[in-house]
Amino acid sequence: MKKVGQVLQVPQVSKVSQVLLVMVVAALVAAACSPKPASPQATTGSAPQALTVMTHDSFSVSDNVIQAFEQAHNVKITFVKGGDAGEMLNKAILSKSAPLADVMYGVDNTLLSEALSVDIYEPYASPALKNIPAGFQLDSSDRALPVDHGYVCVVYDKAYFNTHNLSAPQSLEDLIKPEYKGLLVMENPATSSPGLDFLFATIKHFGTSNYLDYWKQLRANGLVVVDGWETAYYTNFSGSAGQGAQALVVSYATDPAYEVMSASTPVADASVAAMVGPDSCFHQIEFVGILKGTQHLALAQKFVDFMLSAQFQADVPGQMAVYPVVSNISLPDAFIKFAPIPSQPATLSSDDIANNRQAWVQAWTDAVLH
Amino acid sequence: MTRRILLWLAPLTFLGLLFFYPFFRILAFGLNLGTVKADNLQLVFHVLLFTFYQAFLSTLLTLLIGLPCAYLFARFDFHGKSLLRALTTVPFMLPTVVVAAGFNALLGPRGWINIALANLFNGLTHSSTSFSPIPFVGTLGAILIAHVFYNTTIVIRLVSNALSGLDPKLEHAARSLGADNRRVGWHVTLPLLRPSILAASLLVFLFDFASFGVILLLGGPTFATLEVEIYIQALQMLNLPLAALLAFIQLLCTLIFSILYTRLATHVAVQSAPRQAYPHHPRTIREKIFVFAFFVFLFAFFVLPMLSLPLRSVSSLDVVRGGGTPFHYSLTSDYYSELFINRRDSLFYVPPIQAALNSLGYAGATVILSLLLGFPAASALARPGRLEKFLDPILILPLGASAVTLALGFIIAFGRLLISPWVVPLAHTLVALPFVIRTLQPAIASIPERLRQAAASLGASPFRVWQNVDWPILRRATLNAATFAFTISLGEFGATLLLARPDYPTIPIAIYRFLSQPGALNYGQAMAMATLLMALTTAGILLIEKQRLPGTENFF
Repeated sequence: MKKVGQVLQVPQVSKVSQVLLVMVVAALVAAACSPKPASPQATTGSAPQALTVMTHDSFSVSDNVIQAFEQAHNVKITFVKGGDAGEMLNKAILSKSAPLADVMYGVDNTLLSEALSVDIYEPYASPALKNIPAGFQLDSSDRALPVDHGYVCVVYDKAYFNTHNLSAPQSLEDLIKPEYKGLLVMENPATSSPGLDFLFATIKHFGTSNYLDYWKQLRANGLVVVDGWETAYYTNFSGSAGQGAQALVVSYATDPAYEVMSASTPVADASVAAMVGPDSCFHQIEFVGILKGTQHLALAQKFVDFMLSAQFQADVPGQMAVYPVVSNISLPDAFIKFAPIPSQPATLSSDDIANNRQAWVQAWTDAVLH
Repeated sequence: MTRRILLWLAPLTFLGLLFFYPFFRILAFGLNLGTVKADNLQLVFHVLLFTFYQAFLSTLLTLLIGLPCAYLFARFDFHGKSLLRALTTVPFMLPTVVVAAGFNALLGPRGWINIALANLFNGLTHSSTSFSPIPFVGTLGAILIAHVFYNTTIVIRLVSNALSGLDPKLEHAARSLGADNRRVGWHVTLPLLRPSILAASLLVFLFDFASFGVILLLGGPTFATLEVEIYIQALQMLNLPLAALLAFIQLLCTLIFSILYTRLATHVAVQSAPRQAYPHHPRTIREKIFVFAFFVFLFAFFVLPMLSLPLRSVSSLDVVRGGGTPFHYSLTSDYYSELFINRRDSLFYVPPIQAALNSLGYAGATVILSLLLGFPAASALARPGRLEKFLDPILILPLGASAVTLALGFIIAFGRLLISPWVVPLAHTLVALPFVIRTLQPAIASIPERLRQAAASLGASPFRVWQNVDWPILRRATLNAATFAFTISLGEFGATLLLARPDYPTIPIAIYRFLSQPGALNYGQAMAMATLLMALTTAGILLIEKQRLPGTENFF
């Protein structure tokens, strides 16, 4: 009985309610931050239409550019990020019968063949296509329209080569020379798209019967393979913030411009540069398409036109570190100075890629990792 | 029986809707008998073997380190205890990218330890080239250490909770009958702790079994668990049938493991004292050495790797060309001030305050939701009948099942509904619920029925009985459960494998966004955001833990 007495003395409701108070506050915060349900009747005048655009995670755009479109067409755009390009395409395929969005941007030439074969796009011959060089228009039936393009290259740390009195490598063949032993870090093609694109570049350059020999030599020369771009660039690469041990990294041709634009203190010169030998950069083109089953076809077409307009195209380099596809768009200064477009990039047909991707990656894994 | 069905109604509806329905939809969509062929099965076998191997080793190591730590926190009082306890929980919610960066700064080829060793070695041999750094990233050791780093807090929380809830009279009785410390520990304390140790082992094992980010980032490309292989097959190779086969096997393994566990853990209802044994300051020399040694160890193991993040968030690194020392650090607050500037006028710019509020909002909703669902389920499990024997292993499945596959199942099952931000706390609750249930269930089971009956016979209303008998015993377990739910939600990133609304970013999403672009400023801002996340979590945990048990003001 004494035990019960002790317990019964304990209650101090204030303490118990303290816990509850914390929970209530948490709930209020949750409620405060929660979305206002999209209520068209809340606005006066004609209600804006809704348009949903699915993109890969790297998509970015200036606030004022999107606002201009929203105001011009009385529309509210909801952006949804679907992971990297491969993940996003998967989601579009799985939700084909009830599409997640009206427009999808971000499928590139390495995934184009798969995207077209599953028939998820609505064709649209945008009048803006006339401003885009034919070389970018890979889909003759206008289901996937080019928006921007970029290059996966080997990027080097200029300071490392200066302080070691070593000239930077110029070509894929240079990378297997002993003076560059242990200096190259790349992403695993099985888990990362820049890694996969670099593998494609070597297949284009050396041919399907010889590329594995090249990789075996690269491996013998101390090639480092990591899971993804963030690790390669920020942990292993010596030329950026991570203070790593490798002076060469598989990354993007626009990195030098970005290092200048995102330096902690203004700098006059880029700390890194891209190696632009024959086939040493892989050419990547990104596409937009209208998803079949959209309820807002006319609006979706207007949005596609908008992505190909001068206003959006001029915004592309600064926001996504890629080049516009429309001709005669002026580039930011840092791009002109430090990130020239590689002159001899490698490409493969997207049918080739679709048919061989798994086999190539498997063969690469066996040759390089096992 | 109707009471039991009522208890199960909400948790089972939740699991059915958010786990079983989408998971089986994707399996039905992807599974294909054509994939069951020799070379695929060989791949499955290899991956499965490694998955079990690393999970088993990781769990063993986590127990080896976690059990003495649990003892330390349950039995001793020392300066900085609650802070240290909170800090051991912080890793649990840190994004893998951030943890990998922390480990690299400490153990990488140019980390502090390797540089110190190189200097020492070169000083001894007077040569500058003979030292090759000890490899860390890309080894099995890195995977194991990272798993221990992440999961030790599970053992500490579950076992120290059970330990401090033990009725000290039991140990006193054994001592008065002549048992020495070792016999008391082995024959009295350990058997009483068995349910909590088993529960902790299960949670740790399943976490390691379904490990994904750690394997990718710290293990490197030569290691693959089932989940990593599913990710590669489903999302990179676009081979959904093989991914579905792997996911099905992973689910089956999780189920078998959970059933084995529930057989082992015959839920012994350990009666606990309503007033817990006070921890005391170390008295004897042996106690002092034990406390000191583990304090230093915990500090070195949990705090040092994390310390590099706040350090990097206030220092900028410049390469000095042609100088004697190639690297030059200088202090800066730029990264923090830069967080508040949308320099490029990006539509997807994340204001840090808003990201913090979103994170806290989601975490608050997850705490409430998982407690609301966890309490009835844990109450039913605490007094198990035939139904519970069957349901118990099923409740744990979401923890070991493939998150990548589930995310794809969500797409098929819910389509555009997923675009609602409300999906985020629901997904977080799915991960947090097994923790909440495992934390609450032993505490509920330990409530002496006699006390309840006595209180009721003295005229207490059911609410008063709950308030005066149940709650004092449940309070600590509830706070523990809330802490788990809170930290899981704050650090959870995988739910964005679903569909992320960029207009409601959380802190981990902001970190990834900065890290996905080149530039020193972006890296610094990512470190600043990570520091913010650590600070927020530590503050949150301290706040939750400061909710004292009424009447025991000097209890930690």
